[in-house]
Amino acid sequence: METPIKENKISRRKFLKRGGGITFLIAAAGVPVWGLRNHEKETNPGQITAWVHLDENGTITIYNPAAEMGQGTMTALAAIVAEEMDADWSMVKIMDAPVEPEIYGIGWGGERGGSMLTVGSRSVSGHYRNLRQSGAQARYVLLHNVAREWKVDIKELTTQEGHVIHSKSNRKISYGEIAGFIQLPEELPEIPESEWKDPKDFRLIGKEFQRKDIPEKVDGSAVFSTDIMVQDMVYGVVSRSPVNGSKPELKNESEIKALDGMLGVLMLDHGIGLVADSMESVLKAKRNCQISWNGNPKALGHNSREAYEDYNKMAESDSSGNIITSSGNLRNELSLSDKIIKADYKNDYVYHAQMEPLNAVAHVKADRAEVWAGTQAADGTRKAIADHLKIPLESVKLHTCFLGGGFGRRSMTDYVLEAVDLSKAMGRPVKLQWTREDDIQFGAFRPMSLQCMEAGIDQKGKINAWRHVVVGTGGGLLGSGADIPFYDIPNKHIEVRNIDHGIRTKHWRAVGHGPNKFAIETFLDEIAVAQKLDPYQLRRELMKNHPRALKVLDTAAKMADWGGKVPEGRARGIGFAERSGTLAAGVCEISLNRNTGKIKVHKIWGAMDAGVVVHPQNAKGQMEGALVMGLSSVLNESITFKDGRVEQSNFNNYPLLRMEDSPEEIAIEIIPSTEPPAGIGEAGLPFMGAVVSNAFASLTGKRLRHMPFTPEKVKEVLAS
Amino acid sequence: MTTSFILNGKKVEVTAASDANLLWTLRERLQLTGTKYGCGASFCGTCTVHLEGKPIKACVTPLSAVEGKEVLTIEGLSENRSHPLQIAWIEEQVPQCGYCHSGQIMQAAALLKANPNPSREEILSHMNAVLCRCGTYPRIMKAIEKTIQNT
Ligand code: FES
Ligand code: FES
Repeated sequence: METPIKENKISRRKFLKRGGGITFLIAAAGVPVWGLRNHEKETNPGQITAWVHLDENGTITIYNPAAEMGQGTMTALAAIVAEEMDADWSMVKIMDAPVEPEIYGIGWGGERGGSMLTVGSRSVSGHYRNLRQSGAQARYVLLHNVAREWKVDIKELTTQEGHVIHSKSNRKISYGEIAGFIQLPEELPEIPESEWKDPKDFRLIGKEFQRKDIPEKVDGSAVFSTDIMVQDMVYGVVSRSPVNGSKPELKNESEIKALDGMLGVLMLDHGIGLVADSMESVLKAKRNCQISWNGNPKALGHNSREAYEDYNKMAESDSSGNIITSSGNLRNELSLSDKIIKADYKNDYVYHAQMEPLNAVAHVKADRAEVWAGTQAADGTRKAIADHLKIPLESVKLHTCFLGGGFGRRSMTDYVLEAVDLSKAMGRPVKLQWTREDDIQFGAFRPMSLQCMEAGIDQKGKINAWRHVVVGTGGGLLGSGADIPFYDIPNKHIEVRNIDHGIRTKHWRAVGHGPNKFAIETFLDEIAVAQKLDPYQLRRELMKNHPRALKVLDTAAKMADWGGKVPEGRARGIGFAERSGTLAAGVCEISLNRNTGKIKVHKIWGAMDAGVVVHPQNAKGQMEGALVMGLSSVLNESITFKDGRVEQSNFNNYPLLRMEDSPEEIAIEIIPSTEPPAGIGEAGLPFMGAVVSNAFASLTGKRLRHMPFTPEKVKEVLAS
Repeated sequence: MTTSFILNGKKVEVTAASDANLLWTLRERLQLTGTKYGCGASFCGTCTVHLEGKPIKACVTPLSAVEGKEVLTIEGLSENRSHPLQIAWIEEQVPQCGYCHSGQIMQAAALLKANPNPSREEILSHMNAVLCRCGTYPRIMKAIEKTIQNT
């Protein structure tokens, strides 16, 4: 038996380089890294943990605790540390933190230590204060060392962009030079917030700077897990159950094993694992497998088109689900209302469609494992591997890579454990690659749902009662965004009812906010039309006690010149949504080809208040991306099930938005704020369904109530 | 079966089974992993490379089809990211996850090579071939237009 991998501080800071078909590791050279908590030195003698690594040549390496899946937080998080330590940004390098959640994780309340799960747009908001503290501590260590070396009072020292300065004696030393004599202080104090940098002195936070990951993303050198090569590596694929829960039986095993290049066939619970010496061989084997799928899993009965009828029945039944909010006396107020307005909305399942299909590289040895993966759940994945192999956590080494998109799908561990199973069976490293077809057909989708809305209007024309029942397939995913915290309606009842269809559902960018804000924001528009009110003014009235929200809405309206002249043949829609603490509002301008049923979104104006924004130009990019991805889901995307099978298989029948259908113009404004940072990555997405539907209603007088708004559906609605 | 071709300006010879495909050969046999797999069926364009200067989808190209021809991948597009499109891509901070951008840049480079001054419509219809899930299309357009202006 080999001994477990030693988790010493050097090996942890090695990183992987690819080249020549072998894996080679470079140990980081240089001087120590600084402790995060004083007691770690005691509990773990000799081991120094850290956020910052300083080289004698002045290079500062900052450890990135979150998955980089495109959202740019690896740059933003490092900038927070660099800001407080007053580092020269051009000398900063960023490296993924080791998978050690007790150091690099955060709790749900933002406390240090917890999970390294990268979800819910919480990387910057969750780490903000801790990283400022860590940066301030790093700066303290530098000052402390210079004070000792120069025998001056630490209070006489200041810093300026990568240098410590003693103005009394007119001396200046670079951080790199300090590395030559640095020692760790006995005690690493918590730096009181009053001694953190004054925001008016910020050089990075809130300023323009470039993302550190972009250069390697324009020349093909960025390493995703699918790019990993290790010596002796072979290729694996899995043929998975087309109906969730059915069991495979391979009918032509000997024929498959005899194919050129085949190295192994492995029976898994949910599929047949295939391993060969090349991608071509293993894909050929997959095409040739004859598998009968057995059992009678629940999903077999799922026909998604018909499921809406079940939802309807459930919505009308007396059954009661999970109450999201209940206030006032809804029943009473509804019956007293002057007028009742009702509408139902629907949304199909949608698929993550991250551009990099799932994959992982695993090398399982007798009593340990080394794995390369792009994952949103670094610590969860490491633990899942250890549990799966029944080996200690320390025996699992997980190298995190760039993610070619995550959007929630890569917070699952299924694809990593498959790689582990195949490698274990083969006794050698395996690169497990999902095809696009696998990725779609074994997807885990944003829930489909039916949203039943009902509002009571009183004699003064005010919305006095609000009832929203969400019925869908997706359990806890269904409720997010169903509440309306920025609209003051005295009597409300918001409830979620779930029907389990035995299929896989999962968080998808903005989770339930996409469907729920579509329903809420479209319904408000319908109320405005019924009441002959401007939908912008109707919202203003509802949120009048919420100045931040009001400002966001006003900003979007102003940017779009709401109420102003709109080009012939076009119309506009407005909407608002909060997500992960960020308040966002948008206006879009559309036109319609009535013959083809195709909607064209020409322009989108978006405004957000996300508290302190660390990296504004990236935040704008995130909102642009969320608007475009949101638009794609609103116009194009639908996963349907027939007898439990996903009917879509690739981008021909699951079409994503392409460049020509992207808006011609997107304008974003960020509202300046000194409030704590909020989550940005998802904020542009939730209102997209409503702003398009609302613009469409303004253009045609007809209402789109079922996402996606495909040309067929549009034509149907026009003809209705 | 041995196939010889010019890859990024250098002659290479690859011996592989007759069903070898260009994408997997570039990525796994030659270890030029900048070219990505996205769909395997010519729908997404993440695998775009140049064959004799024209953009092709490597995922549906048999290795035998490049015998004696010139193939250019993102790794061979320039030294040190110096192609005007790469410079504009950095200036405009285009990529998010980055997975599609080898394909985006190769697709755009082929366009500008054939037509240094395309119209917005020509850019759109040409760039339609490459998907971006992260929604970077607005910045892709800006970067291409900037490149055209600067050259
Ligand atoms: S991988 Fe070749 S077009 Fe998608
Ligand atoms: S940047 Fe992620 S797919 Fe284009």
